[in-house]
Formats: sequence, structure tokens, C-alpha cells
Amino acid sequence: MSATSSEKIVIPVSGMTCAACQGRVQRTLSKTPGVVDASVNLMMGNATVAYDPGAVNPADLVETIRATGYGAELPVPDRSAFEEQAARDAATAEEFADLRRKAIVSGIAGAVAMAASMPLMRGGGMGGAAHSAIGWGLLLLTLGVMAFAGRHFYTRAWAAFRHHAASMDTLVAVGTGAAFVYSVIATVAPGFFLRHGVMPDVYYEAVIIIIAFILTGNAFEARAKRQTSAALRALAQLQPKTARVVRNDTEVDIAVAEVRGADVVVVRPGERIPVDGDLVSGSSSVDESMLTGESLPVKKGAGDRVIGGTINGTGAFHFKATTLGADSVLAQIVKLMRDAQGSRAPIQALADRVSAVFVPVVMTLSIATFVIWFIAVHAGGGLAGAAAVRGFAAAVAVLIIACPCAMGLAVPTAVMVATGKGAELGVLIKGGEALQRAGDLTTVVLDKTGTVTEGKPTVTDLVPAPGAAIAPAELLALVASIERSSEHPLAGAIVRYAEEHGSAARASESFQSVTGRGAMGVVGGRAVMAGNAALMADYAVDTTPLQAEAERLAGEAKSPLYVAVDGRLEALLAVADPIRASSRAAIARLHAMGLHVVMLTGDAQRTADAIARVAGVDRVVAGVLPAGKVAEIKRLQGEGQVVAMVGDGINDGPALAQADIGIAIGTGTDVAVEAADVALMRGDLTGVAQAIELSRRTMRTMKQNLFWAFVYNVIGIPIAAGALYPAFGLQLSPIIASAAMAFSSVSVVSNSLRLRRARIA
Amino acid sequence: MNATDWLVIAGGLAAAAWVNWYFFLAERGTSRAAVAAAGSGGEQEVRITVHGSYDPATIRVASGKPVRLVFDRQENASCSEEVVFPGFGVRKFLPAFETTTVVVTPPAPGTYEFTCGMGMLHGRLVAE
Repeated sequence: MSATSSEKIVIPVSGMTCAACQGRVQRTLSKTPGVVDASVNLMMGNATVAYDPGAVNPADLVETIRATGYGAELPVPDRSAFEEQAARDAATAEEFADLRRKAIVSGIAGAVAMAASMPLMRGGGMGGAAHSAIGWGLLLLTLGVMAFAGRHFYTRAWAAFRHHAASMDTLVAVGTGAAFVYSVIATVAPGFFLRHGVMPDVYYEAVIIIIAFILTGNAFEARAKRQTSAALRALAQLQPKTARVVRNDTEVDIAVAEVRGADVVVVRPGERIPVDGDLVSGSSSVDESMLTGESLPVKKGAGDRVIGGTINGTGAFHFKATTLGADSVLAQIVKLMRDAQGSRAPIQALADRVSAVFVPVVMTLSIATFVIWFIAVHAGGGLAGAAAVRGFAAAVAVLIIACPCAMGLAVPTAVMVATGKGAELGVLIKGGEALQRAGDLTTVVLDKTGTVTEGKPTVTDLVPAPGAAIAPAELLALVASIERSSEHPLAGAIVRYAEEHGSAARASESFQSVTGRGAMGVVGGRAVMAGNAALMADYAVDTTPLQAEAERLAGEAKSPLYVAVDGRLEALLAVADPIRASSRAAIARLHAMGLHVVMLTGDAQRTADAIARVAGVDRVVAGVLPAGKVAEIKRLQGEGQVVAMVGDGINDGPALAQADIGIAIGTGTDVAVEAADVALMRGDLTGVAQAIELSRRTMRTMKQNLFWAFVYNVIGIPIAAGALYPAFGLQLSPIIASAAMAFSSVSVVSNSLRLRRARIA
Repeated sequence: MNATDWLVIAGGLAAAAWVNWYFFLAERGTSRAAVAAAGSGGEQEVRITVHGSYDPATIRVASGKPVRLVFDRQENASCSEEVVFPGFGVRKFLPAFETTTVVVTPPAPGTYEFTCGMGMLHGRLVAE
């Protein structure tokens, strides 16, 4: 195998939902001629294939995967998330600087032009030579501004025009272009105007000032847009450049990119942790707030996970590097955020439909404005020339005031700010669609274990049966011996409890687990059985002596477990999974937000009811097997509820996928839970309320933005066309129109930026 | 209403008709559609210039095969800084004055749109 010269490729695969899918893709790839080795990762959604380039090419591999029914694309040579973010920032910063420079230059030119135009307006009949000289001077100045500051409007409008497309640039180019051409004719051939009874007035200053205003608006917009990604930029900057690792027994500083898996990294007090890893020696508390939103420092000891980008407190420690580069938690968060910020929200579809036809429609309105003004003035006894001038000014104002940009910015800027805000709170929302749906939720379904509770069950009580024959220590050893073979979470709690009490588990001669009931086996010749009342009843063990006790414990939200040895009831064990300290308050908050809260658990009804009472959920569904979660969510959806499922993302994958919004509760490290729409960096339910509240506010912002963008155009265009003229004699000059336009798109972006300051506790 | 008025009305109507015909009805360059060239590695490849629009804006490709689209962005106006393929869930940042490659595979014959981040520039893949 190793003799063949092979190349390696990582192909993104989409559509895999389960281990079976993974197996299918992997088998098919492995059987493909030319493939040396293939491994498919379900969680990462990719296939790593080593292949012989002489026998098979990457495109064939993609075809092979697609033939199995899953999506695959050839990988695009990609920059890292950090590099791309840096390139993007540089581009926006440069754009802003460029626009600002052009806006200032054209602003100064505009002031000069305005001053120079004064004598032209005041003394219409002043000396012909001076008049003409100023006119020619202004012509050259305007041409210079158009060529320097406004150049991109014209080149882009032309390029779009050749493809039968029209944009914002088209409106600016046609509007200013028409005003310029009109002025040039007035300068070059004033006689033409005079013959038609019109003063040869020029609009040079208007052209320059319109360009200045629009550039100013664009510059503000560029700066505001840059701020919408501030949160992402802050995240990308968390990555330290160097790490101190132990090589040949000495500590050396190396670039983070050179850290290898299993390198031992040294962290001193107050330093930023360079990469992800597992703590091997020393201890400290770490500030993880920048990634998880958790305000209190987190204690770390040997074996604990540390995350690159977080800040060490006062202790010092060594840790072993684990995930690096693109697989690191921070890089994954940055990538996830970038994908989310670029995603579309369905609400945008309306704006898209309007902007697709917007510009040609505005041009048509502008033509209609000219015709109507001309007819109105002319029919009212005005000269044809004067009628044309009035119509012309109104038509240009219509072109200039119309602003398709505000519509285009309304939704994407809100998505960007909201996802960034979420990241600051430790709530990763995976896109605009998730934001929109999360805003519509009516019901939140919580998985009990590890979500409402800490997911670490412990033995709380050991009650010997009246007249028990076996000493508690020996009994614990016997139970632990069978439970050791079980994979049930309660079993782990019992084994740990036995170890803590010095009762070492022994080898069992046989073991059998009875789903939903318990486990049994033979230890040292004795038949040991641990389980619920149903299991005891199956083997005719009388549980009456401990029944009252069992009910009392279940009422305290503990799971009681009978233990029988050789067919005789010996004791009652109670295991409890403590409710997270934050659960109650978070659930109360969900209620306050008008959400219905349901808890799913595999526990018996009595225990489930007790937990539900303490946690404060509206409804509890007890005795749910893993497959039952999906059915329960479908049932709620059938009732017309919009359902969020909150679970751990590993066992709850199908339920998370079934729900309208899947929320993966965090362990702080696994960000890339495929099935989840929202990933919480923290392990408590507060993030659920935060995610929903943020989504609701974002939806409100998007609607405000869209409303403003539409209303601005719907009101602004008629005013520019002169709709208020008959009643109030009010007509906008093209200069005022350009200021309104610039203000319109800036106000939409600014409104989105308000989300950054939203107080979401 | 005299002859001048009627002339202006007729001119206005003609101009409006032309605007709407040109931007909505005139064939958007399908006749000038570029055909993706067969590249190495069994893919189809096409180069697209981004400057106020996508050139070519219509690209004929074969369905079921990966298409390598090389975007050459020759401007720094923010409007075109992203290219979006809604049908493929692809959104890509195009650095100014650089080329960026996007690979998509049209699963079946049909038309697949791509636009800029704000939906102002349009292009399409026509898969056959």
C-alpha cells in the first residue's frame, strides 16, 4: 500500500446525517480503483482520501461520492479563516479611505463651483467674455471631478449596461451625466437656449455636489459596514501569534502554526492560551468569556480542556496541544461566524424581487416626470423651453433620490451585526435563516439529561432493606461488579460511588442488561439484580418493604433502583442528576418571553414530575426513548407549534434536525455540531433565551430597515417628481435629493448597528 | 395640446418602452454565452471578469460535472465583494484585483443564478 505514490485530498461531503451514511460513502470510496485509503468524518462533513493520481483524479472522486447520493464539491484551495478575515478588513479599510478622499476632494470642488456660479446666476446678462470664461472653468472642474472622484460610477454603470443590467451606479451616472451634458450645451452654445427663450443656466455645481454627497454617504456606509463585522474581527484577533513549547527539555517560543499535536505548551500567569489542549500539570483559572460569554473564570486542573484564545488567570500550567489550525475551536468559530454573516435570511427575498426591477422602473418614472412637467408647464402657457427645463430638473431629482442600496442593505447588515452580537454572548447562530426562524419560535423542548440537569448523575442514597442479609459495603461491591459492564449513565454513577466508598468491583461471571428495566449478572456465584420495580416483579422479588421509601425518593427527583441478591430484596439505591443552578431562572425567562417549555426524559413519571416541578417547565414527557424525541417534536409541529429542540448535539442529533431550530448546548469545545442551527458555547440554558431574544430583536430590526427602505423610496420619489408642487409649491432640487439618498442608506446600516448595543443579559 | 406636446409624449413613451425592453425583455446575452472549457482533472473551467457586472454573465456548462469558476475582480467597489450561488449555498468573498475560484456542480440541467452579495449583479449557469 505504501509503495504507491499517493496524494491526499479532503473533499467536503454534504447530506450525511448518520453513521450509516458515513459508512456508505467510505465503503464506496475505498472500493474505487486508485484509492489507497479513505476515511469519512460525519461530524466534519468531509472525506479524506489518499489516492494514486495516475489512476484516478479528484473530479472522479467527487463523482463517486455524488453517485452514492450525497453532495460533494471539489475543495477550493482556501485561505484560513483568519487570513480571509484580514484580507477583507484590509479591503474595507482601503475602500473607506478611498471614498473619504474622493468625498473630501469633490466637496471642496463643489464649494468652489458654488462660489464661482454665483455671478452666473445673479447677473444673467453680465459681460459675455467673463461669463463664458467662468462657464468654461466650471466645465473643466466638473470634468475633473467626474473623472477622478466619480469615475467608478460611470465605468460600472457602463459595464452593467452592456449586460442589460442596471444598478445604483446607473442612476447616478444617468442623473449627473444628463445634468452635465445640459450644462455643456449651455456653455458651448448659449445661443441655442436663448433662441428657445431660456437662460443658458449651468448645473455644474449640482453635478459636483451630488457626487460629493453620494460619495460621503458611501464612505459612511463603508465605515458602518465595517463596524457590522467588528465582533468577528475581535474574535479573529484573539489568536496569539506565538506559543511557548517544550522541545528537548527547554522552553522555546515558536509560531503558532508550527505547534504540532502532542507538543507540551507552557502557559504563564496572565498569558493568552495559544492553542487548544488538555492540561497535564499545574492549575489555574481561565477567563473564557470572549468565547463562551461566561463571565466567571473557569477553574482548570489536570485533564481539563483549555481553549486557544482564552486568557490564563493567576496560575501557571503545562498542557498538551490537541486540535490545531483550522480544526481549533477558535478557527471553527471564526469560520462558522463568517459563513453565518454571509448567509441570507428568507425575509430578504422581497427586497431582492424589488431591487431586481427597481432601477429600470425608476428610469421609467423619471421619463414620465419629464413628460408630465413639460405638458403641465407648456399647457399652462409656459414656453416650451421653460417647460423642458422644469421637467428636466424634476426628472434628474427622481433619478438621484431613488435608493436601491437601502433595500439591499436592510437584511444583510442586520444578520451581520446579530451573529456578531451572538458570538459575544457565546451564542453561535448559524445564519440568517436560523435567525429568522428562531424569532418565530413558540415552544422550546429541553432534553433533561445534560441540558436541564448537569448530566453527571451521582448516587445520593443507599437504603438497606429491613433485615438485609448483606452488609452495605459488600452489597455495593456486588452491584458495582455488574454495573461495570453496563453503559447506562446510572451505572457509571454506581461504579464511581462504590469506588469512593472503598468497595472495589469484581469480575462478574455473566451480565445481562434489560432495556428500560435494569441489569443483572452473576458475581462470585451470587445472582445480583439492580433495576426498577418492573424488573423486580418479573423475577417475583417482593418490593413492598421499600416501596414507600422509593416513592419518597422519586418525589425528590431521584431515580430509585432496587437491588436484589439471590432473589431477595437487599437495598434501595437512589441516583440523582442535579439540576443546573441556572436552569430554573432560564426557564422562567423563556416563560416570560411567552414560550411554552417542554422537557423530555427517559425517567419514570414520578421522578420526571419532581424534576419538572423544581425546574419549572410547563409539561414533562417521561419515559421517552431516544427515538421518541423525534416523534414528540413532530407531534408538537403537527399542532402548529414552531419548535426549538435543545440537546447535547451528539445523542440528540436527529431530534435537533427535526426541530425548526436545533440548539446544541455547549461543552465549550464542539462548535461544529452539524444538525444544530444554534450552538451554545456555554453549558447552561441562559443561552437559549439569549438566542431567541436576539433573534426576535433582529427580526424587528430587519422589518424596520425594510419598511424604511421601501417607504423612503415610495415617498421620496413622488416628492422629487414634484407631487407636492401643486399643493405646496415644494420641489426638491437634485442636490437635496442626493443628500436624502446618502442619508437613507446610512440610516439603514446605523439602525442595524443599534443591535450591537442591545442589552441581552 | 399642440404638436410639441404630442412630440414630447411620443418621445417619452418611446424612451420608456426602450428602457423596459432593454433591461427586461431583450435577451440578456444568451447568444453571447460563454461555454466552459474542459480543464485538467475532468472539470469545466471558465474565467469571469467582475467589474460592475459579470463578464460573461451567462455560462453554458454540462450538468453533473464540477464547474470551476475563476472570478477575476477588477474593482474594489464593495458591491461586488461577494459572489453568492443561492442554489448551492455558496457565498464567497472576492478580494479586489485578485482571482478567486469557486467550484460548484450543477446536479441537473437547468439555470442556476449567481449574484453579488446584495443581489444587484446577476449571472447564471445554464447547465445542459
